[in-house]
Amino acid sequence: MQITLTVNGKQYSNDIEPRMSLTQYLREVLDLTGTHVGCDTSGCGACTVSLNGAAVKSCTLLAVQADGGELTTIEGMANGNEMHPIQKAFKEHHGLQCGFCTPGMVMTAANILKDNPNPSEEEIRHGLEGNFCRCTGYHNIVKSIQHAAEEINN
Amino acid sequence: MIPAKFDYIKASSVSEAVDLLDKHGFDAKILSGGHSLIPAMKLRLNRPEVLIDISGISGMDSITEEGGEIVIGANCTHHDIATSKLVNDDLNILAQTAKAIGDIQVRNRGTLGGSLAHADPAADYPATVLACDATVVAEGKKGQRSIPISDFFQGIFTTALEDDEIITSIRFPKVKNGNYQKFFQSASRFAVVGVAVVKSGNEVKVGITGVADTPYRAKGVENAYNGSADAADHAVDNVEVMSDHFADVEYRSHLAKVMTKRALEA
Repeated sequence: MQITLTVNGKQYSNDIEPRMSLTQYLREVLDLTGTHVGCDTSGCGACTVSLNGAAVKSCTLLAVQADGGELTTIEGMANGNEMHPIQKAFKEHHGLQCGFCTPGMVMTAANILKDNPNPSEEEIRHGLEGNFCRCTGYHNIVKSIQHAAEEINN
Repeated sequence: MIPAKFDYIKASSVSEAVDLLDKHGFDAKILSGGHSLIPAMKLRLNRPEVLIDISGISGMDSITEEGGEIVIGANCTHHDIATSKLVNDDLNILAQTAKAIGDIQVRNRGTLGGSLAHADPAADYPATVLACDATVVAEGKKGQRSIPISDFFQGIFTTALEDDEIITSIRFPKVKNGNYQKFFQSASRFAVVGVAVVKSGNEVKVGITGVADTPYRAKGVENAYNGSADAADHAVDNVEVMSDHFADVEYRSHLAKVMTKRALEA
């Protein structure tokens, strides 16, 4: 089945099987391997991407459902060599340990800050409930998002 | 995990979707947000041969006020409902319920119509739609019909929908005083127990999910209520309480009473 969609500002058109997940499409067809496969059952959030401005778990979306949509993946967050403020904050505030959950955390953080530019610590924690960090590094992830919010608002 | 092969058809109108459902019968499944169906297909618990995607049908994602009722399109996501001013103002208990579902990503995709049609015994909405006395509007080959919510849930993953019917919208009366209380399953965020209470004057309507294989109106609580939250003791009267490794019968029954009490006191 033919699908056409925009990923990180670039348009792609591919013939794919309807049963291909959006994660698989991004990783295996477009070679955008920053979107990770964690649980593959919509629990862990490692596969989170933005579809038409909303964070979604790409493992629980068929690529055909995203047909005509606009996607942003972790690869589309930086502006050339300049990291997105959320990425920068994760780097500066030790928001990652092994790094596996980080792309999903950053994409979810973007949705949290889009809906609520000044979230409280509790609102950030609540917002991250669909993303697991198995290094258990949540404190610094929350701290990073708080700093990113400050940076974006200034 | 990859689902079994299927054909994918994007329907552009309700009548087209109904025709496709009628044609393919039991081999077809309706896809809206897909957040219950796709995981089930990946685990191959469900192997439809045809998926009919209704998410693009226009007019099914609006929230409007009609004749004093709030009408919510079946394709409205939990996020749409949680953030709708109309719902927050005039049907706040439904916004409370939507906010308690899953997480940001799930709320961005999952839909009210999908959740009701799926009829998961641990879903949140059933408690609230029961307590609100909502009406499910469905369309099939024979046309449109309204199904009172009291007739809708018929068992585990089983509803009053005919094989060729699709939920198009859900109609709610305005609710001033309602509260939803939920005990979260700590990993999945599903409801171990969810209790919705709608109060008007000295009357209460109580919907409970997660406790039995079918969500129910807790008539024992409603009849015993005289302004005191002690009526919560009747939350599982005449109910066959489910048991699993998260909550056995005794614990789940206790939780049902505690959540009912909290909702009555709120």
